[in-house]
Amino acid sequence: MKQVEKVNSKLANTVSPFWNGVFHIIFILYSLACIIPLLLVIGVSFTDENTIVTLGYNFIPKVFSLEAYKWVFQSGDAILRAYGLSIVITIIGTLCSVAIIAMFAYVISRKDFRYRNTFSFIVFFTMIFNGGLVPWYMVYTNLLHINDTPAAYIIPALVNAWYVMIMRTFFQTNVPDSIIESAKIDGAGEFRTFVQIVLPLAKPGLATIALFQTLQFWNDWYLPLMLIENSKLYNLQYILYKTLTAIQYLAQASNVTGGTAQILAKLPSETARMAMCVLAIGPIILAYPFFQKYFVKGLTVGAVKG
Amino acid sequence: MATTSTDIKKVRNARKSIYKHGFLYELKKNKVLFIMMLPALVVLFINNYLPMAGVLIAFKNFKYHGRNLFENFAKSEWVGLENFEFFTSTPDAFIITRNTLLYNLAFIVLGLIISVFFAIILNEIRGKFISKFYQASMFLPYFMSWIVVSYLVFALLSEEQGFVNKSLLPALGFSADSLPAWYGDSSKWPFILTIVNLWKFTGYNCVVYVAAIAGIDQEFYEAATVDGASRFYQIRKITIPLLTPLMVILTLLAVGRVFYSDFGLFFSVTRNVGALYDTTLVIDTYVYNALRNMNDVGMASAAGLYQSFCGFILVLTSNLIVRKIDPEKALF
Repeated sequence: MKQVEKVNSKLANTVSPFWNGVFHIIFILYSLACIIPLLLVIGVSFTDENTIVTLGYNFIPKVFSLEAYKWVFQSGDAILRAYGLSIVITIIGTLCSVAIIAMFAYVISRKDFRYRNTFSFIVFFTMIFNGGLVPWYMVYTNLLHINDTPAAYIIPALVNAWYVMIMRTFFQTNVPDSIIESAKIDGAGEFRTFVQIVLPLAKPGLATIALFQTLQFWNDWYLPLMLIENSKLYNLQYILYKTLTAIQYLAQASNVTGGTAQILAKLPSETARMAMCVLAIGPIILAYPFFQKYFVKGLTVGAVKG
Repeated sequence: MATTSTDIKKVRNARKSIYKHGFLYELKKNKVLFIMMLPALVVLFINNYLPMAGVLIAFKNFKYHGRNLFENFAKSEWVGLENFEFFTSTPDAFIITRNTLLYNLAFIVLGLIISVFFAIILNEIRGKFISKFYQASMFLPYFMSWIVVSYLVFALLSEEQGFVNKSLLPALGFSADSLPAWYGDSSKWPFILTIVNLWKFTGYNCVVYVAAIAGIDQEFYEAATVDGASRFYQIRKITIPLLTPLMVILTLLAVGRVFYSDFGLFFSVTRNVGALYDTTLVIDTYVYNALRNMNDVGMASAAGLYQSFCGFILVLTSNLIVRKIDPEKALF
């Protein structure tokens, strides 16, 4: 019997059913390890606050409750504002960033542009040397003074050298010179050629960059940590960070009047912060199939030399 | 064929006449192209090139005099290498260098082994749909922000309510006073941080290797099967050797970045708890703490420049080696 199996698997050129089973088990365990921590947070967010205090965090709510979500939507003014801010910044940031990256990458992808190597190097050099945190921080807070403005969320993240390189490669391989040439002969200006002819050809590349940047803006908490002090300008990730280090922060973020201690007593603090966490991942989970497809594509494009 | 030398001259002259005009001529001719580059150039100037010039702050006793950086810079006095002497005389300098390098070493070695292993067995399992599902769930952690990851870790390890201390360990028979204080015991964090890092990035790193395996010519395997080689033998003798160049190159490129670490992992997942600094403080978090919590611009900029400088040298070196192996894969 075993002999037959061995022969069979050799003919099909696959591993034996035994090893196939072992590999499946490894993957099932690892996939669970990737998903389970998320289920814990979701479970906690739907549990009654008092149950958490006595029994601790658990996957399955012993006493089911929607209090945490109710609180977030009714009293968590600051949280909803932060949610809105995150959405607006993600949209504006991604659009601006993709436009800026695409324009630059297109120019340095043009073989008839004499200074393409010089300008490629200007971008590229930022990948191998950087001035470090202190001067960077000084430029924004002591020279441009954009700290504590919404621009602080966007400007520092607009251009990413790696994406410029990916986009340049994409233009070089997917937009034939002859098309640009013929558009020129037909009398189209440079910018019109770019918008009406080049960009439509580069849609898959643009989509990949856009997704990378959407994720960057949505998940960003580093820029507010560095540059935002005004609590009215916190985005969702940063409020989450604040609540992780000090649960009292939730009391400040609520619109219930009274002393901090009073509010804290009424507040489902343990479950509310987990509910916020779920709300922060929500959009990503919803867009996940879409995301994943383009990411895999983008990564394999990125593996090609920029 | 006596024409060659004059022909070459002609071509050369023609080429010269194309390029005889300077930068200003190009600027005028390709005005639109330059305008298209302008926004990105402005951002790069602000975000990257001004800070590069700003590394000189490390050689100054930087003091705030007003709201203008240039004025502050000019008014602050030069102190030469004093900031670096201060920095290297603290025990922190050794601790953060050691932590940064050791963590990165662990991430590189384990990350390589695990992602190649997963990529290979993913290729071997039968059932294309289910393998897509595995890949999707492995990729999931990559999409979460470090803050969300910190919540997941906290939900598991919190001393008051955490799942491990409240449910898992008691169920395994641990008594209440033998439960570990996760956020107070620095000796556990090298393991926690390594696991968290691998957990977050394995799915992502796996993708490149999966793509590389998919690109291997199937004829190798067919020929091997005809010769009676088992599948495991084929993995050892075909798949792994063909993946080796990619492994070497990705590893070298990662080695070029060993002086940098993921700020979110070391800052947010540890909740920046001081009791854990011994094993969790890395150069990036040290610079942040020195700048924002201790307001020590000198120390922070010295440590930052130390990182930038070592990083730069390492990138150049590793890229040089990559170029020797495979010029196609080199960064430059």
